[in-house]
Amino acid sequence: MTFFAVDGLTMRFGGLTALDNVSFEVDRGMIFSIIGPNGSGKSTAFNCISGIYQPTAGEIHFEGECISGLAPHLIGRRGIARTFQNIELFGTESTIDNLMLGRHQHMKSGLWSGVAMLGSASSAAREEIENRERVEWILELLDLVRVRDRPVGELPYGTQKRVELARALAMEPKLLLVDEPSAGMNADERAEVGVRMRELRGELDMTILLIEHHVQLAIGLADRVLALNFGKPIACGAPEEIRQHPEVIKAYLGDG
Amino acid sequence: MIQSSRDHYADIRLFSGRGSWLKLALLLVVLVSLPLVLPGYRVFTLNYMAVFVIVGLGMNVLVGDTGQISLGHAGFLAIGAYTTVLLMTRLGMPFPFALPIAGCVSALFGFLLGLPALRLAGPYLAIATLGFGLAITQIIAHSALFGGHMGLVVPDATLGPFSLSGDVSKYYLIVGVAVVLALGVRNLSVTRVGRAFRAIRDNEIAAATMGVDVAYYKTLSFAVSAALTGVAGGLLALMTGFISPGVFTFTLSLMFLAMVVFGGLGSIPGAILGSIVMGYLNLEMDAFQELPVLGRALEDFSERFMSTVGLPNFGWVVTGMLIVFTILLEPQGLYGLWIRALKAIKRSKSADANSSLPGPGAN
Repeated sequence: MTFFAVDGLTMRFGGLTALDNVSFEVDRGMIFSIIGPNGSGKSTAFNCISGIYQPTAGEIHFEGECISGLAPHLIGRRGIARTFQNIELFGTESTIDNLMLGRHQHMKSGLWSGVAMLGSASSAAREEIENRERVEWILELLDLVRVRDRPVGELPYGTQKRVELARALAMEPKLLLVDEPSAGMNADERAEVGVRMRELRGELDMTILLIEHHVQLAIGLADRVLALNFGKPIACGAPEEIRQHPEVIKAYLGDG
Repeated sequence: MIQSSRDHYADIRLFSGRGSWLKLALLLVVLVSLPLVLPGYRVFTLNYMAVFVIVGLGMNVLVGDTGQISLGHAGFLAIGAYTTVLLMTRLGMPFPFALPIAGCVSALFGFLLGLPALRLAGPYLAIATLGFGLAITQIIAHSALFGGHMGLVVPDATLGPFSLSGDVSKYYLIVGVAVVLALGVRNLSVTRVGRAFRAIRDNEIAAATMGVDVAYYKTLSFAVSAALTGVAGGLLALMTGFISPGVFTFTLSLMFLAMVVFGGLGSIPGAILGSIVMGYLNLEMDAFQELPVLGRALEDFSERFMSTVGLPNFGWVVTGMLIVFTILLEPQGLYGLWIRALKAIKRSKSADANSSLPGPGAN
C-alpha cells in the first residue's frame, strides 16, 4: 500500500488547465518536493489535496483510501496538515490559541462541557490543560515562546510563517504539506528553514510534501522531486536526476 | 524563562488571584443591593437592561465571535416570549420550566436560520435575517393563537415557593439568569467551541483545514445565539406582563446589533456594557427631557428641526450619533476605550516610576 498517491490529477478553471494529469507517489517518512516556475500549478495541487478545490479529474489516495472530493475538515481529520503560501492565520487570536486550533480535532469538549467548565477538575478544563501542555514543546521548538500570548496579526512576517508551521505541527499530522516555507526570506533565513525541515523530519514521525520556489533548497532537502511546468509533470525522480534534467533546466532558464 | 512550570489552568480560569474574587464579590454586592436602594420604578429599568444584556451575550456569540450578522434577533426574542407565555397559559406549565423550553424552541429556529447562512455572507445574510425577523412579527400579528395585534397577557409566575409578581423579585431572577449565562458564555469562549467560532470569523478556509466543521459551528453559533435571545424574550414577557407584536420590531433588531458594535465586537464585557447603555437609552429616551436647561434646549431643537413629536425622537438621534462616533473614533467600542484607558494609566504609572528612580546613567 502506498502511503500517499496522486493519480491523474487534473484541475481546470474554465479554459485554463492548472493541473494536467499529474501523478506521483510518496512513501512514508519521505521529504517530497514539488518544484516549478510561477504558475506551474504547485499550490493548485496542494489545494486539491487539502480539499479546498474539487479536482476536475483524478484521484488522491491517502493510506489506501481515496480522499479526493472530501470536505477540507474531513481531510484535516485524517492527518493531513498544511501551511499556506500567503499565510492564513487566525489574526486576532494569540499564538497559543492558533496552535490550540491545531488541536481541535484531537479534543472533544462540546458546547455543554465548555459552558460548564467549573474548576480545574472539570472535563473541559482538564482537556484544555492537557492540550496546552502538548503544544508547549512546539512553541519551544520553533522559538515562539516569547510571542505565546501576542495576537498573531501583530507579529512580523517571518514569525507568522513559523506560527503557521507550528499550528500545522500541533495537529500531529501524518502528512504535512508545506507551501513555500522560504518565500520572502533572505539567504540566511532560507538556510534556517532548510535546517528546520530536516530537524522536523528527524524528530517527528512525519512525511513532508514541500512546495518550494527556490530550487536549490527544494532539491537539497528532498528524497524525491517532482517538477511541474504549466500544470504538466515534466520530470519526477531523485534530486540529482532532477538537477540535471534537460526539461527542468529549460523550464527555469527558458529555451535560450 | 522556565516554561515547564507554567500553570496552564491560569490561562483559562475565570478568576485568578484574590483581586478578581474581590471584584466579583463587590459586583455581587452591588447587584444585590441595587433594587433595595433605587426607587421602585427604576427597578423596572434595571430589569429591562438585564434582559438586553442577555440578548447582547447572544449577539456577541454570533456577530462578535463567529463573524456572522443578524438583523432579525427581535424575531428570536418574540419566539422566546410567546413560547414562554403560551406554555404557561395553554399547558399550565410553571414559568421555570417554560423558560428553558422557550430557549430550546428559539435555538431550533436559530438552527434553521443558520442553514441559509452557510451559503450567504455579508449583505445577503443581513437581508435573509432581516426577512426572518419581519416574518415572525407578521405571523404573530395575524394569528389568533398568538393574540394577533392585541397581544397576550402574561400570567403571574412563581418560582417554587416564591411569587414573581413584584419588580424586585423579578429583578433577582432576571439578573441571576443573566449572571449565570454570562459566566457560561465566557467559559464557552475560552474552550474548544468558542475557539472554533472565532477561527471561522478570522479565516474560514484555515479553520476547515484544521478539522473545524465550518457548517456545524456556524449553525451551532446561530442556535446558541438564538437560545440566549429566546431566554431573554421569556424574561422580557415576565417583566412586562404583556407582549404584543409591536414590541418586536425591526428597530429593536437594529438596536441589538448596534449595542454589541457599540460595546466592542467579540468582547463579553463590551457586549454587557453596550447592552446596558443601549437598554437604558432605549427605555429612557425621554430622560433627556429631565435634564436642567439642556433638556429644554434639546426639546426646542428637536421640535424645530426634526419632528413635532418632541424629544423621544431626539433620543434615537442620540443613539445613532453614539454609534456613528464609536465606529469613527474607536471601532473596538466601549471595550476598546477601556483597554486604551488601562494602557494610558499603566504608561503614566511607569513614567512616574522612571522619573522618580535614578536612570541607568545616574551613577
